Amino acid sequence: MSGRAQEELEKELAMEYQVLTYADYENGLKDGKLLGLHCSSCRKITCNPMPVCQWCGSRMLERTELSGEGVLETFTVIRVASEGFEDDAPFIPCLVRTREGPCVIGRLAYDTEQATQDLIGKQVKLTGAYTYKGDRYSGGERICPIFSVLE
Amino acid sequence: MRDVAIIGVGHTRFGRASKTSLELFAEATLRAVDDAGVSLKDIEALFQGAALTGFEEGQVMSAAFSAAELNLGPIPATRYEGACASASVAIRDAAQWVASGEFELVLAGGVEKALLMGTPLATRTFAMACHAPTEGPAGLTFPGVFAMAARRYAQTYGLPLETLREQMAHVSIKNHRHGALNPLAQFYKKMADLKVEDVINSRMVADPLTLLDCCPFSDGAAALVLCSAELARAYTDEPIYVLGTGQASGTALARMGDLTKPLSRITSARMAFKRARLTPGDIDMVEVHDCFSIAELIALESMGFFAWGEAAEATAAGETEIDGKLPVNMSGGLIGKGHPIGATGASQVYWVVKQMRGDSPKGNQIDPVPEYGMTDTLGGDFGTLCHLILGRAKRSS
Repeated sequence: MSGRAQEELEKELAMEYQVLTYADYENGLKDGKLLGLHCSSCRKITCNPMPVCQWCGSRMLERTELSGEGVLETFTVIRVASEGFEDDAPFIPCLVRTREGPCVIGRLAYDTEQATQDLIGKQVKLTGAYTYKGDRYSGGERICPIFSVLE
Repeated sequence: MRDVAIIGVGHTRFGRASKTSLELFAEATLRAVDDAGVSLKDIEALFQGAALTGFEEGQVMSAAFSAAELNLGPIPATRYEGACASASVAIRDAAQWVASGEFELVLAGGVEKALLMGTPLATRTFAMACHAPTEGPAGLTFPGVFAMAARRYAQTYGLPLETLREQMAHVSIKNHRHGALNPLAQFYKKMADLKVEDVINSRMVADPLTLLDCCPFSDGAAALVLCSAELARAYTDEPIYVLGTGQASGTALARMGDLTKPLSRITSARMAFKRARLTPGDIDMVEVHDCFSIAELIALESMGFFAWGEAAEATAAGETEIDGKLPVNMSGGLIGKGHPIGATGASQVYWVVKQMRGDSPKGNQIDPVPEYGMTDTLGGDFGTLCHLILGRAKRSS
């Protein structure tokens, strides 16, 4: 009889390709941790999680925890929000270059009326997690880091 | 691969449309078919850009129904989704299929009814072309992404933000000036004479971008008839040739590196130039994706028309006006003409073709007519980029 044994096929399917999932990453944020992946091929850090290294594409990845510290690359103050975020406006999405290398998107906890261009380049630190409750399109709730400026 | 030509173009009015998206696309198609002098029966395949039709009218698989709407028979009809670059990607694939010899004559274009959704849902659905897992919870919007890019631009080139805002305002002023002259534009006969203060003092959307730094939500459709260069001569003495195309993909915003030098845009533009065997210096006019004022500046630098950091000042100095070094968006661009996202790439090609025929509205027509023109279309936050280079003469061999 041709074909392969179900047990053998199931064993193949049990192989896990994702060292750190988004759920793991988001759970880390809830615990105040910025989780990422260390590449044993190029030794760089990947964050947010991917199945391969964001720099060299290698699959030789191990979980790691980032310091949560970095530099503010850029930001904006959203005045006209999209559906589901109206109550948040004004708020500040930001792009942070972490001390370990990769950039992450998050929110900046800062007075929106005082948020001027000279914030760019300031040292920031992970101080919390923002939970978006989600809508019918988002696949459930989503979590992103909150950063604060180190004065 | 064979040479490919555009022999017919069609375009609906952009703005608010009462017609369904199937009707809009049919109108653009019929205009293109009439312009080409071909019969609907000659169309062998349909390539349609349409990004958000499911949210707009509860209609997915719009390409098949668009073919059916015109009784085109059981031809292959495919919907392309590359967010705001949907139509350009569809046109590029259409050209590739004709070049391969699989088809002789095809229809490509796009349609969208984004205005129909209203601002909150339209902003939400447009933001779906951001990286949902990371940019979604941050509440990023498209104006937000480009506002972040504008701040990086000012920071990188040591410009006071207020200076950059004034320079960006000139993009909006220019594009509204030409949009006001374009009868198909959403802002036809409106905002023809904006001042820098008007742009800077309009409602803040995502700091530092104001409402007048942004393109509008729009309904509309545009379509093209493409065929092999050999067949084109049977229909017209002046076909417009597709000389080179490029397409590239980006990544999540956090992994982009430099927001002011998007690799996807640089790669796609270079691919198009290489295929066309041309350089930026050969191009006489461009229609670029000015979804926001800053986006036009980043586009012009990424495509190689200006050195890094120089497009803002050059624009303020008039170098991208009709009598400047490189006329940019003489149709009004997305800001003045409107941006029905699935249709925009086809609209850009429509206006390059019109320029090459000398058929653009007075005040927008470049004189003498351009020999080489180029389109630049951006989907998402630099996620899908597509460039098309068109010419009045075939590619040199």
